[in-house]
Amino acid sequence: MATPMISLSSVTKSFGNKAVLNGVDFSVEKGKSLVIIGGSGTGKSVTLKCILGLLKADEGAIYVDGTDIVRLSNSERKQVLTRFGMLFQSAALFDSISVWENVAFGLIQGKGLNKKDAKEIAIEKLRRVGLSPDVGLLSPSELSGGMQKRVGLARAIATEPEIIFFDEPTTGLDPIMADIINDLIVECVQDLGATTLSITHDMASARKIADKIAMLYNGKIIWHGDKSQIDTSGNEYVEQFIHGRAQGPIEMELLKR
Amino acid sequence: MVNPLAIIGRVFIAALAEVGNLSQFAANAVSHIIRPPFYWRLTLQQMWLIGYNSLPVVGLTALFTGAALAQQIFVGGSRFNAESVVPGVVVIAIVRELGPVLGGLMVAGRVSSAMAAELGTMRVTEQIDALTTLSTDPIKYLVVPRLIAAVATLPLLVLIANIIGVLGGFLIGTERLGLNAGTYLKVTTDFLEQADVISSLVKAAVFGFIIALMGSYHGYKSSGGAQGVGKATTNAVVSAFIMILLANLIITVIVFGSVG
Repeated sequence: MATPMISLSSVTKSFGNKAVLNGVDFSVEKGKSLVIIGGSGTGKSVTLKCILGLLKADEGAIYVDGTDIVRLSNSERKQVLTRFGMLFQSAALFDSISVWENVAFGLIQGKGLNKKDAKEIAIEKLRRVGLSPDVGLLSPSELSGGMQKRVGLARAIATEPEIIFFDEPTTGLDPIMADIINDLIVECVQDLGATTLSITHDMASARKIADKIAMLYNGKIIWHGDKSQIDTSGNEYVEQFIHGRAQGPIEMELLKR
Repeated sequence: MVNPLAIIGRVFIAALAEVGNLSQFAANAVSHIIRPPFYWRLTLQQMWLIGYNSLPVVGLTALFTGAALAQQIFVGGSRFNAESVVPGVVVIAIVRELGPVLGGLMVAGRVSSAMAAELGTMRVTEQIDALTTLSTDPIKYLVVPRLIAAVATLPLLVLIANIIGVLGGFLIGTERLGLNAGTYLKVTTDFLEQADVISSLVKAAVFGFIIALMGSYHGYKSSGGAQGVGKATTNAVVSAFIMILLANLIITVIVFGSVG
């Protein structure tokens, strides 16, 4: 069997007394797209941050292409990160530099490309996500939310990474712009042949960009399968979540009156 | 029932943890200074923001302080017919203490808060995380240029502040208090020693380090959205002020403690 591109085994993470991840296990095959769904506060973002090394997992192993990255040194981890691209929930564009410099950032700082070549690639990537070269000269603060997401996507794919993470890619967008972003994600990922891991609570987005879907609840993966199986999962937690029902086994942390 | 000893213990442990975190952060940042890559463009940009943009506020502070000091010393000295000490006391007070301390505090108020707000906003909007995912060390990219720029720029700022402060005393002394201009300048240069200038510049460099460290540390570690950024900004300024005054005392005792 081929080595999965990403694999997590019994990963735990706590903040003080609060256990956020309680033994997360899943894997993503090369070139495939896994979407993790789940409510707010279930540990989706923490999972992504543990894989990226932005947070250190307490226990368990995280493998990227067969290498356990939890035990890597900082310089080795930096090397592994050159294989990643990431689209942040808020796009996380750098305010102090122009749009094209944002897109070219990984090319210049990570890959050591000169500014002229990096700019050409950045403009090309902006075109790829439907933005004109003029937009490259603007400051991120001059862009709408949808345009910022596109720029974030252009930055995520600029270095042509093998693995791309999408953190709530459609949050804060209107349904039409959300669908445009979903289409762009699918197209860009197909172009690159990249492995992707996304987290979202937007089921329309999950259905569009996923090959497989996993559901995270209480810090554990409680269901996973092909996206075609999601409507017939037979899992009452999944059913409640995908239909957005207030009643069901998932107890939201609400103040009872 | 609340145990007061338990509260004291918790506060003490929290304070120790904060000191430990700050020391680790500072050591990490300093270790990056000598390791490539070097972000010279960002460093020059910070030197401009910290140094050039602080010149008006530091210059005006020094000018008014030097002038007020000359007036006070003249009034106090006249009780003992000692008006002639004005130039000497002004230059010593400005160069040894007021120039670096007031300059440091003014820059801390301007720069530490701005650094904490900028880095804090970058933290809560995930820009710092984005740097990591783009194979860029945030400490090296964000903190080191600010540290180098502040340490290099503060001595220059304080040197200018010292000159303007002495000029303030000179203007009041000669234009209002009737002191002779030539005598004023001669007494000033006679009183001033090389050690005074060196200690002033050393203090300025140390204060520069403190200003950039406190601004960067509190911004970098901020959390909790807009409220967290506001708290980080306040903490950066307050802690920079306290550390500047403490460092000033320590350096003064070390350099001038054996005299007399």
